[in-house]
Amino acid sequence: MTGADVLLLALGAVAVGSGVLVVATRHLVRAGLYLVLCLGALAGMYLVLTAELVAWVQVLIYVGAVVVLLLFAVMLTRAPIGASDDLDRPGWAAALIGGGTGLGLAALLVDAYRWTAVELPDAGTAERLGDQIFRSWVLPFEVLSVLLLAALVGAIVISRPDIGRPKADQGSDRPRADQRSSEGRSR
Amino acid sequence: MRPVIPYVTAALLFGLGVYGVLRRRNAVLVLMAVELMLNAVNLILVTADTTVRAQLPHGGQVFALFVIVLAAAEIGVGLAIVLQLYRLRSTVAVDEVALTEGRPTDSPVEPALTRSGAGNGAGARTRPGSVDRPEGER
Repeated sequence: MTGADVLLLALGAVAVGSGVLVVATRHLVRAGLYLVLCLGALAGMYLVLTAELVAWVQVLIYVGAVVVLLLFAVMLTRAPIGASDDLDRPGWAAALIGGGTGLGLAALLVDAYRWTAVELPDAGTAERLGDQIFRSWVLPFEVLSVLLLAALVGAIVISRPDIGRPKADQGSDRPRADQRSSEGRSR
Repeated sequence: MRPVIPYVTAALLFGLGVYGVLRRRNAVLVLMAVELMLNAVNLILVTADTTVRAQLPHGGQVFALFVIVLAAAEIGVGLAIVLQLYRLRSTVAVDEVALTEGRPTDSPVEPALTRSGAGNGAGARTRPGSVDRPEGER
């Protein structure tokens, strides 16, 4: 056990523990805050695994943007502040499938790697990763920018109710539903 | 560095994400569980980058960056859908969404549900088939 192993164990315990709280807590807002803890611990694991750039991007995008968006959604859907009882379905099947997936994958990976040790490679600094991205992976990178634009436009179109509504709006939801379904067909 | 530690962490996080997606009723919490799964995959990719000596160095970390960008796009569109669902139904419970809606033939549930206002969750809840659907259909 080196120092890196101890750090990885501690951060992994924090990540899994707060992950359990994310899927088990009965407070909506606390689930988002436990998600921050989980993602932060994962960023720490990336740092120990010498993935510097990925760690900072994780902090920037996940902890900074995604969780804030999720908390905005929690607020905008008028979630109750206290504990709420109707967050869960009765789910022994969910526990079975989730536990089976997690423990099965864990057993597979333990069997594959045992207790072997590897040397950590060169750190994934921004310079090295940028070199790789813009040399070997430049086409997926550009495609990804198109995908981001498409997601942006799609989110705007979905969230604006005045796009795709017929001109004569009688105040009922029926024509809007018909319009939506015909749109879906024409796409 | 023992690679089994981050690998097992990632496997457990993925299992937790699967459990959360299947268990939670609130759509925002379902999205949070999806984030857990995506992060588990990211951890696998970054760890594999340190253990596997590939011809192109740091391929796993580049993939992890791509997955982070995909997750950001996913959460944007997903939250737009969730907010639109809340605007239509004033609830975000995923098992109260009628699966039969929006078919080209007719949309029988929509007017009755939206006209009943804030209490429309009860209307959806009492409809047969919306509660005791088997798990595999979702």
